[in-house]
Amino acid sequence: MLGVSLDQYGFLVQGAFWTAVLSLMGFVGGTIVGLPVALARISRGWFLCRASSAYVQFVQGIPLPVIMFVVYFGVSIYGFDVNALVAAAIAMTLYSSAYLGEIWKGCIQAVPNTQWEAGECLALTSLQRFIYVILPQALRIAVPPTVGFLVQIVKNTSYSVVIGFFDLTYSAKILNNATFKPFVIFTAAALIYFAICFPLSRYARRFELRLNRRNA
Amino acid sequence: MTVISMNSVHTPVAPQTGVQPMVSFRDVHKSFGALEVLKGIDLDVMPGQVAALIGRSGSGKSTALRCINGLEKINGGELTVCGRNLRARDFELRDLRKEVGIVFQSYNLFPHLTVEQNVTLAPRKVNGLDAAQSRALAAEVLEQVGLSDKALSYPEQLSGGQQQRVAIARSLAMRPQLMLFDEVTSALDPELTGEVLRVIGKLAAGGMTMVLVTHEMAFARQVADLVVYMHQGRVWEAGKGTMLDDPQTVELRQFVGSGL
Repeated sequence: MLGVSLDQYGFLVQGAFWTAVLSLMGFVGGTIVGLPVALARISRGWFLCRASSAYVQFVQGIPLPVIMFVVYFGVSIYGFDVNALVAAAIAMTLYSSAYLGEIWKGCIQAVPNTQWEAGECLALTSLQRFIYVILPQALRIAVPPTVGFLVQIVKNTSYSVVIGFFDLTYSAKILNNATFKPFVIFTAAALIYFAICFPLSRYARRFELRLNRRNA
Repeated sequence: MTVISMNSVHTPVAPQTGVQPMVSFRDVHKSFGALEVLKGIDLDVMPGQVAALIGRSGSGKSTALRCINGLEKINGGELTVCGRNLRARDFELRDLRKEVGIVFQSYNLFPHLTVEQNVTLAPRKVNGLDAAQSRALAAEVLEQVGLSDKALSYPEQLSGGQQQRVAIARSLAMRPQLMLFDEVTSALDPELTGEVLRVIGKLAAGGMTMVLVTHEMAFARQVADLVVYMHQGRVWEAGKGTMLDDPQTVELRQFVGSGL
């Protein structure tokens, strides 16, 4: 098909599989680290608040490919042999935790203060207030921006090409070297990225509309 | 019901009797930054009494109410609620909150929970009621506010008046000794205020001790044992509801005359 064999398309799909794996690892890792970051950002403790804010600004101030380089080459200098997947996953975790932490901080703060107050007046402890009153409302607010950010994660996994991780972009690059059909191959890669991202953005948009209707 | 006659201007303080006041302000001061909102409040509310705080906006009445359950911390004087000194070193805010219910102007129901879940959240988590007990409790308090059929609705499906009655039921479910109402009908359409006021009136008749901030003069005159007119951060005039018919001060006369 268009001078590229079915096997070769299959090679792209293999790359897409690893893109999905890396995206998932980045998202899960980003959630595990990002949630405490969000909580620290809203905490009243001076140190937690400053430290998490510094973390977010630091990570957001570094280009993702550079994070990838630092993790991949930086760590191996100290004698740890990290493979590209682990390095890329760590880099994606750092990157997404900074953004998710900031997004979720906003979602928690979007729940009106009067909800905290109402819980407080019913003698709920601050932990109970957070778990039973604030969190369920914040989660609902958080779905659209979180899914939206998932699209960013999927697209940005392509930077792992700089450390030689075999993902969709990397497989397209290899295939191009073998076939010299850059337009066909990179268009095919673009379509695969789009096929992953488009449903996600559609879902985020639908959920957002539903949420706005409820609030109207 | 202990009703103590209090026609004295400026000092609605109970005479020495065996019964302790449920709420007792002694020279209470409260400032927000440089702005002094309460400039020395003295006020006693006895068990079973209904006290209505009236006055213009900015007179400090809502602040005084919020001080009672510790939502605002006082800066000076002494405040005793349900036998607890709010400035004592061993004072535990949560213990007080178990005994004092408050209802807000904006209802502040939990939008993600059903009416029944709104009502039973605190009894379950704070008082440790099990599912069956809390369901029975919800049925009881919702009956009290006339919303037995709405247990499974969500707040957004209810009218403002119904939501406010759920908020009252939610407070009642904690079996408070004292109920506070902060302009609970101010956000409601006139045709919906009646149903809320009726519930409050019923509670008053049942002997519940209450402090309410209100703009409903007719209602205050009718249910309150003690009407407290606040002006510029002070208790300006206090007494029985009939006080409103015969104001002793120019300020109250103007306030009553302004048709509020």
